[in-house]
Amino acid sequence: MFIQIFFGYCALMITLSGILAISLRNPVHCVLMVLVLFFHMAGLYLTLNAEFLAAVQIIVYAGAILVLYLFVLFLVSLREELHLDAFIANPWIGRVIAGGLAAALLYVIPAFTLGEKGVWSVEAIKQVTHTKALGQEMYSTYLLPFEIGGLILLVALIGGLALARRDEGATEANAADEATTPLPAQSDHKEAAQ
Amino acid sequence: MIPLSWYMALSAILFCIGVCGFLTRRNVIIMFLSLELMLNGVNLNLVALSHFLESLRGQAFTFFIITVAAAEAAIGLGIAIALYRSRRSVHVDTVNQLKG
Repeated sequence: MFIQIFFGYCALMITLSGILAISLRNPVHCVLMVLVLFFHMAGLYLTLNAEFLAAVQIIVYAGAILVLYLFVLFLVSLREELHLDAFIANPWIGRVIAGGLAAALLYVIPAFTLGEKGVWSVEAIKQVTHTKALGQEMYSTYLLPFEIGGLILLVALIGGLALARRDEGATEANAADEATTPLPAQSDHKEAAQ
Repeated sequence: MIPLSWYMALSAILFCIGVCGFLTRRNVIIMFLSLELMLNGVNLNLVALSHFLESLRGQAFTFFIITVAAAEAAIGLGIAIALYRSRRSVHVDTVNQLKG
């Protein structure tokens, strides 16, 4: 009974903070709402006996990825946000598409049937602990994908450095921009004086 | 014991919240954040299925999704910073041109 209530609480908080995260105006509030969502997601992983994944969820998602988002939000000044043209001009069309997708997915869920069961039952995992079981799978069955994952992280590291680095010409241009930025303010003062 | 369909329903709802955010918001960083929401919905589905199928395959897959999400966040935010820099310089140029 307790675990159902815990699931209901986590589900409610995930849904609410998810909706708030995509609807709040201030991007910093959106990131903080996603932080709340990730913590409750870790709680749900605990109900599924995946305690190592719950720890990874908090350490990697909440600790690393969201901090990266916050850093970029503070680097990019909040007043002039980065805007792209939306894929769909009218936001209500997007909402209807998302709602229709949700209805379709929820409609087909009861048709799902479980397949053949594997070897890692709850008791088998309890004997060797979850971290050890996952490590055994990871370093034996999924060794090649694990190495490819490391390569992807290396590519992301180098790519992030190459993208965010400013080259010499851009530095001079930015210095020139900073030198010219007080000018519009001065002209404003002149206009006010006139 | 919580039935599997509850988890699947929650992950479907979370995924659709992500889709809605991606389609309706115009801020690039919030669009990346909606992408993370979608990935989390998929992660929840995989972990639930791996628990109910008594196999660790889904959890190993969740690991790789977290790896790719971290890489995607680093690259995407790098692109966002580069875009911001070029947009700002373009913006200042147009201001100077308008001044005459």
